[in-house]
Amino acid sequence: MNVSKKWRRLVRIWPIYPAVLFLLLLFVYPTALLVGLSVADVDGKISVDHYARLFEGELYTKVLLITLKVAAWTTAFAIIAGYPVAYLLANVKSSLRNTLIIWVLLPFWTSFLVRTFAWLVLLGRKGAINDLLIALGIIDYPIKIIYNFTGVMIGMVHALMPLCVLTMLAVMENIDTNLSKAAGTLGARRGQAFWRIYFPLSLPGVAAGGLLIFVTSLGFFITPALLGSARETMIVQLIMFQIDSMLNWGFAGAISMLLLGTVLVIFFLYDRWLGLSTLSGGAQGKTVHTETKRKEGLGARVGVGVLNALGSICAGFGALYDKLVKRDPARPRTDYSRRSLWIVAGLVIFFLAAPTFFIVPVSFTEEGFLSWPPKGFSLQWYESLVAELSPYPAAFGRSVIVALFAGFFAMLVGVPAAFMLVRKQFFGKGAVFAFLVSPIITPHIILAISLFYLFAKLHLIGTYLGLILGHTVVTMPYVIVTVMAVIKNYDLRLDQAAWTLGAGKIQTLRFVTFPIIKGGLIAAFMFAFIISFDELTMAIYLTGGEFSTLPKQMWVDAVMRVNPTLAAVATVMLLFMSAIILVSEFLRRRSLRRIG
Amino acid sequence: MERQVKLQAKNVRKTYGPVVALEGTSIDLLEGEFLTLLGPSGSGKTTLLMAIAGLNDPDSGEIWIDGELMTYTPSHQRGLGMVFQNYALFPHLTIYENIAFPLKMRKMSKDAIDEQVARVLSTVQLPDVQERFPAELSGGQQQRIALARCFVYEPSIILMDEPLGALDKKLRDSLQREIKHLHNNLGITVIYVTHDQEEAMVMSDRVCLMNEGRIEQIGSPSDLYFRPESIFAADFLGESNLFAGKVVSQVAEGMTIERADGVAVSGICDTQVSNGETVHYMIRPENIRVSLDKGSEENLAGGKLKETIMIGQLTKYFLELADESELVATTLTGSQKGSLQDGDQVYFGWSTSDARIMLGT
Repeated sequence: MNVSKKWRRLVRIWPIYPAVLFLLLLFVYPTALLVGLSVADVDGKISVDHYARLFEGELYTKVLLITLKVAAWTTAFAIIAGYPVAYLLANVKSSLRNTLIIWVLLPFWTSFLVRTFAWLVLLGRKGAINDLLIALGIIDYPIKIIYNFTGVMIGMVHALMPLCVLTMLAVMENIDTNLSKAAGTLGARRGQAFWRIYFPLSLPGVAAGGLLIFVTSLGFFITPALLGSARETMIVQLIMFQIDSMLNWGFAGAISMLLLGTVLVIFFLYDRWLGLSTLSGGAQGKTVHTETKRKEGLGARVGVGVLNALGSICAGFGALYDKLVKRDPARPRTDYSRRSLWIVAGLVIFFLAAPTFFIVPVSFTEEGFLSWPPKGFSLQWYESLVAELSPYPAAFGRSVIVALFAGFFAMLVGVPAAFMLVRKQFFGKGAVFAFLVSPIITPHIILAISLFYLFAKLHLIGTYLGLILGHTVVTMPYVIVTVMAVIKNYDLRLDQAAWTLGAGKIQTLRFVTFPIIKGGLIAAFMFAFIISFDELTMAIYLTGGEFSTLPKQMWVDAVMRVNPTLAAVATVMLLFMSAIILVSEFLRRRSLRRIG
Repeated sequence: MERQVKLQAKNVRKTYGPVVALEGTSIDLLEGEFLTLLGPSGSGKTTLLMAIAGLNDPDSGEIWIDGELMTYTPSHQRGLGMVFQNYALFPHLTIYENIAFPLKMRKMSKDAIDEQVARVLSTVQLPDVQERFPAELSGGQQQRIALARCFVYEPSIILMDEPLGALDKKLRDSLQREIKHLHNNLGITVIYVTHDQEEAMVMSDRVCLMNEGRIEQIGSPSDLYFRPESIFAADFLGESNLFAGKVVSQVAEGMTIERADGVAVSGICDTQVSNGETVHYMIRPENIRVSLDKGSEENLAGGKLKETIMIGQLTKYFLELADESELVATTLTGSQKGSLQDGDQVYFGWSTSDARIMLGT
């Protein structure tokens, strides 16, 4: 290829450059600054002191191990509990699926802090769960299920399982239902068909879901901070301690690199073993190759052997059952497996959806602390929200403004990039895509403190501009992913038809493409809005003084003292977010229907 | 020798909520028979097939296989084979593992499995694909593997749900013949679902025409083609000229009707009707002769030749009658070439024995 041709190709994809440039300036550059700080000593000379310190005492490796342990258990529980739900969702009528998905997604959409407060109400010594267990006579004294590992697990699994369910569902939806039927006609019992056919085909989803949960867990701090004890200190909390209390940027940077390094190692191992291509979900063509690769290894053979053995065991039980209980071929069988699936999945969905609502009655309590059951009825906490000195109305207003602009900017740079990524072929497209969505998997604390450092120099801390830019870094990848899905569903022949009818490129976009994908674009904007509105990590560092957002204000209050005011804020927030989600979900579905 | 009844469905009914997918339907299948369930989508043909396969539970009715009641027996205990529309090959298993699957479920030894797989692969003329994955084969090859996976354990009944639907015409034609040969050679009983009438005609011993969850008519392909019992049957299979008229006179099997425009024609009717009743009259285009003079035809309709279309080996003539309704005739191309011009006054003539009269509106 000659130079001018290559050049023209690069020019042709210009709409992708703003997004790339934006991330280079506000993601790569600040992170590089942080790395720079971490390898410099007090005098600014290059040194590895900070890194050496990481491995000097036991503390940091121990916290890293705790973090890995918490992440591993969260992942395990999320997969085990989430699998039946995803399976159920993949195997019911689409109308029922859409209803159930709303309940599964409820914790995903309700604010992080709201969820965590709900668990405070539920899990405490005098919380709803202990209350119920004592009333039922199961226990005599309250059991300790909060401010320990159990509490952290409950909170984190609750927070992350929806993501896991959705990822597994994306793969399961693409598993042909005829395959299990075919296995049946070929002589396999339900259990055999599940373990030999369905489960292996759903594994890419399990792996992808597990990876996302694991990596996201590594960057958690809200749940461990509010529901755990000192023994559940996560690595992010150490970074925050270094910044907040020690002002030791270099060492905070070194811990950040430890965290980021861990994330990268996990991605690397995942890619070695399973291939990152499985992440996109339902890539049937690729499955073949991973499958070929999988079969070669010893571990793979053992895996297949275990699955086949599980299948045979199930078949054995089935055959035994048939011998003991004579089936009547003239009468329909009671479908026990389906029934138990409904029970298990139903319980999990209840676990996901119900807790949030406990926050509502508590907000009307007459007492001065979060208690269960709430005493009396009073609007005092709502009144205190709008009282003269309350910071909440202003914080709410700021959150809305920041979210609107962050959503707008994310769309401005994200939508053109999404179009290029779907419609154009160019060299290194996979790498560019990975780069543009990488803020999703980067622990947000790293984005937050590196921007904190950069913006402090530029005097952007505690300003609208600073927080909006920061939130755009976080929301843009989600906009790109969402809009790409919308564009992929769009029939390009409609554009081609418009061209043949005499419309130019701009006219085609304006009169054909945009009107059709409008719903999807609005939904992507809403998505960005919600993420920004609920974002806490960046807000902790990029706000300052009088300038605070709603989540930041809630966090400050929660760290000082949890009181029913927070329940009142949470209730208002719950209503607000639900309204937004319902509208965006409605728009998304309408647009999918239109272009489906 | 009388053939055994292999499979019976008695009054099988299936609803999905308020939708009746299959009304009480009964059907008998003889040993070694090739029966096709033919009908448009939503006619209940797949529902009936799934009930027979044990993949859905009917609301009521009975299913007997080899004299055993199996209405609600799980499909893995029915011992029948099924070929799915999209083949349903297991994407994570090799061709060998796919074909070996039913044999493993039957706990056969490794050696026996190897032998059977090799044998059946040579039957479908794909001996060298054992280690490949389904996605690495073409559509036609995948279809053959699906057949092989079904034949390998020698089920006595094979159910096929539009197995050739996704293939192009040439491939479909050759696989139709292949399936037909396998059926003849192996002596298996087949229930075949399709919406393609030509496919049904080519392959079946009997065709069961279904519509709106009911059996419309069941019989040999020529029964259905030449002696349709309903307007739906006449219209669904092949092309036909269909029009309404009132019965004016009856002689033995023959019957004369009069159209609204006064043209009187005669045809065969199997059912009892009284004079004055409104009936439908059907004559196939290929049974009509076109000429410039009246000749000595039993039935005759005159009008203006509106359009002539040559479609390869056949030529179609459209006749416009006085009341502006149309009749179509088909002849072999070349036989009357050049003698007829669009706009000519021509006559369509046909024999009474080729025309069918049926009830219905």
